[in-house]
Amino acid sequence: MALIPVTKDKNQEVPSDNRLYGFLERNEVILIDGWMRDMRNSLTRREDLISEKDLRKESTNFVRLLREGIQSGNFQDIEKPEWTDVRSMLTDLSQSRAEAGFSPSETVMFIFSFKQPLYQELRKEFEKDPETLASEFRNVITILDRFVLFVSEAYQKTRDAIISRQQQELLELSTPVVQLWEGILALPMIGTLDSARTQTAMEALLQQIVETGSQIAIIDITGVPTVDTLVAQHLIKTVTAARLMGADCIISGIRPQIAATIVHLGLDLGNVTTKANLADAFVVALQRTGKKLSSNVEAA
Amino acid sequence: MDRIPILRLGNILLVTIQIDMHDRLAMALQEDLTEQIVKVQAKGVLIDISALDIIDSFMGRMFASVAAMSRVLDARTVVVGMQPAVAITLVELGMSLPGIQTALNIDQGLALLEKFQAKGGQSRARYQA
Repeated sequence: MALIPVTKDKNQEVPSDNRLYGFLERNEVILIDGWMRDMRNSLTRREDLISEKDLRKESTNFVRLLREGIQSGNFQDIEKPEWTDVRSMLTDLSQSRAEAGFSPSETVMFIFSFKQPLYQELRKEFEKDPETLASEFRNVITILDRFVLFVSEAYQKTRDAIISRQQQELLELSTPVVQLWEGILALPMIGTLDSARTQTAMEALLQQIVETGSQIAIIDITGVPTVDTLVAQHLIKTVTAARLMGADCIISGIRPQIAATIVHLGLDLGNVTTKANLADAFVVALQRTGKKLSSNVEAA
Repeated sequence: MDRIPILRLGNILLVTIQIDMHDRLAMALQEDLTEQIVKVQAKGVLIDISALDIIDSFMGRMFASVAAMSRVLDARTVVVGMQPAVAITLVELGMSLPGIQTALNIDQGLALLEKFQAKGGQSRARYQA
């Protein structure tokens, strides 16, 4: 059996890891100074969001952790345990940047701007040995590019989390059910109605109807900007569900434009009582529950 | 076979459904109810479904036909205590149960039946005069 010579990768033959480690250790201050200068001069520097001192602390921290990781000689897979510290540091950094309001490119630039000073210093270091310079530079660039991707992903994740949290908050904010009187509930709808929001609102309303034993529910759509067929269908669903449970619904807050839209679209609100404003609807609700408002003549 | 008890309160029949209804049970209840309405000359029927988590289309139709039959026998039917989840499901299924009177609880159901009777009494009185 003939032995096939195994061609080894050049990086693995040369103990480049130790060389880079030493380089980073020796030139730490120069590198960070150059890096800070680059970041200061770049258009993406946000002096309003992060102080020079904090940025320097982050940079120093990154260079030190990078050095520890480089010692392993693994320049390909940042998911490996030797890069755990760098990953967690960058995750924290991306999260804090996303929360502070940095843009994606401003966040990613943190690592990008490290390339230039790094290249300059490497060139000085390996001036006499262009081959080593090329291989070392390739190694360090590979890993830095991985981290750029990692940072942008972490940034995006944080933004997504913020968005979904805000959506949830908006859902909760926009569906308060208030009791106007004994046996009369009001649901002031604000903002565009979609399926998810109508569902939450409907559930909240029906739950309150059961809890308070209210016979009348007023759905006020003053804050709903547009009414189309879908929104009308959602409203009718809510009204029907309330009726099934034994409560009457009144829709109030229909603005002139919306009344026109409803007619133009040929929407059928069925036999739902509609009123122009909440006050009128409240009076109807009081009448239906057998109550009467009267002004005090003596006091007037 | 199980039967659902029908209680008499004056001239009102009270049915509380506390177990999951299968189709034969529903049919039996429908027969029992119509018999009882005739027997005691009931003027109203209250069906309490507050313990039900599921209502299918068959039961929805059963309620509608009980309501229609009792109407023929001069009695009003009110379905009370539907759970919010049940109401949402029925609406999503497109079943709005037209022709069925509903109320939130037994109290309000009784009040509704009394209102119907008062109205019916008035019209009868007018007819006699």
